[in-house]
Amino acid sequence: MSTENKTVESIPAITIRFAGDSGDGMQLVGTRFTDTSAVFGNDLATLPAFPAEIRAPQGTIAGVSSFQVQIADFDILTPGDNPDVLVAMNPAALKAHLHDLAPNGMLILNEDAFEEKNITKAGYKVDPRESGELDGYRVFQVPMEKLTKEALEEFDLPGRAVLRSKNMVALGLISWTFNRPLEDTENWINNKFSKLPEIAKANIKALKTGYNFGITVEAFHHTYVVEKAALPAGEYTNINGNIGLSWGLIAAAKKANLDLFYGSYPITPASDILHELSKHKNFNVITFQAEDEIAAAAASVGASFTGKLAVTGTSGPGLALKSETISLALSAELPLVIVNVQRGGPSTGLPTKPEQSDLMFALYGRHGESPLPVVAAKSPSHAFYAAYEASRIALKYMTPVILLSDNYVATGSEPWNLPNTEELNELETNIITKLNTEDGFLPFLRNVDTFARPWALPGTPGLEYRVGGLEKEEGTGNVSYDAANHQYMTDMRAWKVSNIANDIDKLEIHGDETADTLVLGWGSTYGGITQAVNRLNEKGVKVASAHFVHLNPFPDNTLEVISKFKQVIIPELNTGQLLKLVREAFLVDARGINKVSGEPFTAQELTDKIEAIINE
Amino acid sequence: MSKIPVTYKRTDLQSDQEVKWCPGCGDYTILASVQNFMAEMGISKEKIVFVSGIGCAARFPYYMNTYGVHSIHGRAPAVATGVSVSNPDLSVWVVSGDGDALSIGGNHLIHALRKNVNIKILMFNNQIYGLTKGQYSPTSEEGKKTKSSPFGSVEMPLNPMSLAIGAEATFVARSIDMDRDLTAGILEEAKNHKGSAFVEIYQNCNVFNDKAFEQLTNKETKVANRINLVHGEKTVFGEDGHKAVVIRNGIAQIVDTKDVDESEIYVHNIHEENPSIAFSLSRLSHGPYGPTPLGVFRKVQRDTFTEEVHDQIDNAKEQKGEGELDKLIRSLGTWDVS
Ligand SMILES: Cc1ncc(C[n+]2csc(CCOP(=O)(O)OP(=O)(O)O)c2C)c(N)n1
Ligand code: SF4
Ligand SMILES: [Mg+2]
Repeated sequence: MSTENKTVESIPAITIRFAGDSGDGMQLVGTRFTDTSAVFGNDLATLPAFPAEIRAPQGTIAGVSSFQVQIADFDILTPGDNPDVLVAMNPAALKAHLHDLAPNGMLILNEDAFEEKNITKAGYKVDPRESGELDGYRVFQVPMEKLTKEALEEFDLPGRAVLRSKNMVALGLISWTFNRPLEDTENWINNKFSKLPEIAKANIKALKTGYNFGITVEAFHHTYVVEKAALPAGEYTNINGNIGLSWGLIAAAKKANLDLFYGSYPITPASDILHELSKHKNFNVITFQAEDEIAAAAASVGASFTGKLAVTGTSGPGLALKSETISLALSAELPLVIVNVQRGGPSTGLPTKPEQSDLMFALYGRHGESPLPVVAAKSPSHAFYAAYEASRIALKYMTPVILLSDNYVATGSEPWNLPNTEELNELETNIITKLNTEDGFLPFLRNVDTFARPWALPGTPGLEYRVGGLEKEEGTGNVSYDAANHQYMTDMRAWKVSNIANDIDKLEIHGDETADTLVLGWGSTYGGITQAVNRLNEKGVKVASAHFVHLNPFPDNTLEVISKFKQVIIPELNTGQLLKLVREAFLVDARGINKVSGEPFTAQELTDKIEAIINE
Repeated sequence: MSKIPVTYKRTDLQSDQEVKWCPGCGDYTILASVQNFMAEMGISKEKIVFVSGIGCAARFPYYMNTYGVHSIHGRAPAVATGVSVSNPDLSVWVVSGDGDALSIGGNHLIHALRKNVNIKILMFNNQIYGLTKGQYSPTSEEGKKTKSSPFGSVEMPLNPMSLAIGAEATFVARSIDMDRDLTAGILEEAKNHKGSAFVEIYQNCNVFNDKAFEQLTNKETKVANRINLVHGEKTVFGEDGHKAVVIRNGIAQIVDTKDVDESEIYVHNIHEENPSIAFSLSRLSHGPYGPTPLGVFRKVQRDTFTEEVHDQIDNAKEQKGEGELDKLIRSLGTWDVS
């Protein structure tokens, strides 16, 4: 191998997007490149995007799947804005993603896929390589299919299996271009195909073929390296939000000394939580795949009644079905965590796209006066802590809690500096085993600090009690239609929730505290907002940010924080839901930056929009 | 279940809440049957959980001095599934109405039955929506005039026994409120059954659907109309057993006993794996009109959902050891930054 002509340019960060047909294995290529970079020591963040259809017609735009990763030698918070490198495995992938590629960006095309049939299928009238629309990019055409076929000739594999390895050629070439070693991926392939050694060998050959193509072809002799990031010391893993959330629930159950029950009905993008939890039965986790979301929630209420940490997870359409059951948990004052991994709505909407449009639904989507705490995850690794926090509140206050995530948090990944699990706080419960008055058991006699009622579990002698959705008399829990009692219980349920404001983390200010402008956010916009504020501060623009994890109740210092600023800007992936809440609760003339396109904000987009408002 | 058999007085199982059904309602009789049965069932009351949906019948848990959840309309089988699978040690009973179980909750009913969750479902069938004051239900007969069907219902009613058998239920039985002995016997069989039990109990709603089951309760008609299904016995009924059930080409038929050879008379076998005969018996009547089978239709053994879920957990612990958080969060591979 002659590598003497190679030059290596060191760059602080790079954003690469792999795009191809759903069957082209782009998610795999992206994850492999990410893992290798993580082990190498870069900071990184990823954003996968899949079509909602499992196998949309091959070669069409609808069938394009992509994976974007930003790697950096410094601390980053988002998967990058416009990619610097786009790998397009076919004309449809090019058409779907070219508009995002940064000016003068590197465009690597699988030239074998640019046949007339595919070009037409993608909706091009003329071959884009000849129409001039690729001017302004650095285009590299690579005969990936031909290379794969030649390389795998020696193997006795059917033609389709051979072509499937072309993603490894792409990965090999990118690994060369960004100076990433192949060992990690080779080990991974050997592991994955340990029972199919021929396939393993073929994939490794394809990987090396891509790499060697870089060595031989002069066009690829200018290579790049992104050095290690100076991350805080620690042991890291690369985590996505669905897994982080699942582990947070397992950790919470452990630290509460309870077993976990997870009731769910499959729905994108929440299903991976069900998949993940169902693997961990050795943690005494019961996963229940119900006949529908109503049953999933109802069974979780039953589990909660018996003393489990009960959780029911879904996405928007499923949350709608759970509404009545959540009211039951609220009225019966049973702990329950309801996970809503938000996607584009309304109705079936955009199943694989992120949106923050269920905030109002989480807060108010029930009949009657039915307040409950709402917690939101702000990044993939934070999903662990958000799940832990939602469980803590549910158990301590005997209430259902809605935990919001979204497709961006759920499927995106980032390095997570692993916590010392011994330092995670033990979680309190209200389990009771003895009578709470001399005259007998009062299931609605409350804790004077938290207003939580005692949690008597079936199997405990002497505490037999009945609970349901009819209004209960304070103390006895007996059915009561008394007017004053209903007023009292309604107020009590509201106090119980608002009182939690004293027991949650305060809202923290990030950035320039002396600024006039505060950017306020919640959930998955955390990375984008923080990065935007950092960029503006670096440019000398005075601005600060604060991010809600608790959306009901808000932290008790929220008014104090907001009052420090003259202007409040609220970016959200909805039409202005937190905006309404903040305007109503704090009487501030806040401004929204809103987007409902099924895509996350990029940091640059937010930087520009925030700056524009400041400069008005 | 507790090792030392416990016995109670009926009053031990009565809660301190005043029973609020209409005077004369069949629900009172069933409540008494259940309390009497449970006093002697041998399970201590802290291990008993009643789960109900919404309806007159669904008030039942409030009157039992056991654990209880009065949940939401139709969802009791799902709530009970969560209770049962979370604590297999409990004796879990669902009380439901015909609207609750078969209309809004039809989906949950069939899935609880097919999964063979270890819960006992008592469906009080009064062929009417009682609590909402008298609309027709999924078991009301065609032509039934109610507030919501002033010109008569135009709907084909469901046959709950057929439905349960079709839903792979392992235990299917029918009783009637007035026959306390039959109810007690069925409850005993249901309690001993491993898995889900579905028990339909015909229940008179004297306010909105009085005398719906008269043919089966009236002294003059009941002998002619009650086909008592007794395991191991020839299925004959009517005055002096002059009617019999035979199975011809797999189909249950009613014949005059004198017209058939004795050997042709169907000998009831609740343990028959193949559900066809039980299903066919369920088709002898479509509502309590004319000769109607009562008793246990089917009782077969199958692994329960509750046990299998816990077997998998036990196996996982045996193979992988008790889960450790520190291992879990490192399971996708880690790297060190110093
Ligand atoms: C979601 C919902 N829809 C409707 C109702 C009103 N509702 C209460 S009970 C009932 C029907 C009950 O009929 P059934 O189950 O036969 O019980 P019964 O009163 O006859 O014992 C209805 C429609 C409700 N409580 N909840
Ligand atoms: S309405 Fe009918 S079912 Fe309901 S309590 Fe009265 S009599 Fe019983
Ligand atoms: Mg009814």
